[in-house]
Amino acid sequence: MYWNERAETMSRDERAALQCERLREAVGRAYQHVPAYREKMQQAGLLPGDIRDIGDLPRLPYTLKADLRDNYPFGMFAAPMRDVVRIHASSGTTGKQTVVGYTRRDLEIWNECMARSLTMCGVTHEDIMHVSYGYGLFTGGLGGHYGGETVGCATIPVGVGNTKRQLQIMRDFGSTVLLCTPSYAMLLGDAVQKEGIIDDIKLRIGVFGAEPWTLPMRQEIEARLGLVAYDIYGISEISGPGVANECLCRCGLHVHEDHFLTEVVDPDTGEPLPDGRPGELVFTCATKEALPLIRYNTRDITALHHEKCACGRTLVRMDKPTGRTDDMLIIRGVNVFPSQIESVLLGFGEAAPHYLIVVDRQGALDSLEIQVEMTDAFFSDEVRALEGLERRIRREVENTLGLAAKITLVQPNSIERYEGKARRVLDKRTFL
Amino acid sequence: MPIRQISVFVENKSGKLAEVTGVLADAGIDIRALSIADTADYGILRLIVSKPEAALAALRAAGLTVSATEVLAVRLDDKPGALHRVLGALGKAHIAVAYIYAFLGRERVSAYVILRVEDNGQAASVLADSGAALLEEPEVYGI
Repeated sequence: MYWNERAETMSRDERAALQCERLREAVGRAYQHVPAYREKMQQAGLLPGDIRDIGDLPRLPYTLKADLRDNYPFGMFAAPMRDVVRIHASSGTTGKQTVVGYTRRDLEIWNECMARSLTMCGVTHEDIMHVSYGYGLFTGGLGGHYGGETVGCATIPVGVGNTKRQLQIMRDFGSTVLLCTPSYAMLLGDAVQKEGIIDDIKLRIGVFGAEPWTLPMRQEIEARLGLVAYDIYGISEISGPGVANECLCRCGLHVHEDHFLTEVVDPDTGEPLPDGRPGELVFTCATKEALPLIRYNTRDITALHHEKCACGRTLVRMDKPTGRTDDMLIIRGVNVFPSQIESVLLGFGEAAPHYLIVVDRQGALDSLEIQVEMTDAFFSDEVRALEGLERRIRREVENTLGLAAKITLVQPNSIERYEGKARRVLDKRTFL
Repeated sequence: MPIRQISVFVENKSGKLAEVTGVLADAGIDIRALSIADTADYGILRLIVSKPEAALAALRAAGLTVSATEVLAVRLDDKPGALHRVLGALGKAHIAVAYIYAFLGRERVSAYVILRVEDNGQAASVLADSGAALLEEPEVYGI
């Protein structure tokens, strides 16, 4: 089943012609309306007219998360604010958020891609869709929600939290499709098993994304909730959920590449990599009006497969990302850079103390612990002063990341150093 | 009039306390009194020692987090009601005690109390008015 059969199954040549035309428009739009792009292209000695077809794509410089930060909040927008109808944001480095905007047409395309994603894994207008992503600045909630409405599902904006209510809605409303992070699906599955209500649950399809997960996790979720689980990929910079999704074959995630031009490049040389070879995933938003990111380097590591899929789609497939080439962590669906935590700690004294970010998965949910080495400047002979310090760090971390963290004060030099530099992250989770 | 107390940050793990006492032993420092305030993850070890400067230097050199705090040391007769007189006087003057610990003297007739208050000067004058004997540094370190 296709949402947009023509777009999803057209020949690769036909699509390439469409992509070419759209790429030229997107580059022209970015060059004309975004000073940062104009400068980047001028530095590379390029004019919009130099980009004639897809083969010219690698000549364009990358866009990075840092560009969005440097042009905070709206400096990368190519559309005037009167045409922008939605803004989302995700936590960024050094305290500044990554802000993204959408025109009405951008939202239509996002909805279309989300509707294609849901349809490709079997969701129809007969379904009752239970959206347990966070609603708000995070794109997961609203993105999934409007995709469901576009398909025609009875879409329930449940949001995150309150497990009891989640189960009650699932049972009483007869939810058939569940959208959330895989770790939250584990938690809900756990609760369903504990309550012994699996026979009252009608879920048949789960669409899970926004954080890394493993094959054993997929099997566990399927067993606990009695559904078939599909992987969805999306980042807010490109649009949000629904950039790519698994079809019924579950042999990679189809990218809606008529809207999002997709490359995988060698992280060291920048050279395009052949099918099956893992490298950095780079997207170009070919049709976006408000934020036409050109060659946005996601830093996600994956490989592409261009041969036609058994489902009939000719859309390129990407493997489930296996990691990242930068130090970004994804914790409970939230992007976290160690530098954000460092900047919080810097706010507490002249020099940031040594720290270690410990990420683990306890039961279903990720846990975040920040060990902070006690320094003379922080130290006090009174317990309440140290407890107050812990509390203030915890609150600041929560404000910055939007994540709860346990703060553990540890003795100096107790965090291991490698060649004089302290190790910043200990990720005990496994994503194989 | 106030005396120096040394505070050391100690994680709640086996062997951590021995690390501190080891440093003091190697530096030939006598511990006069000690107390620990503990939380789930760590404790604050508070010490009155024979040579505070040398103790601070040795502990710092061992890479430990330490601080010196001024506290009051009071000598009491080792008799029922003696401590109550001191605390009663502080209470009446609305002086809050952050923490307190006590030890006995070698001569077996006196008890000593270490008091941590916000304002040492104010507390000292209240204690002096109540007839309590405040100790000077040399006296305490030599106990």
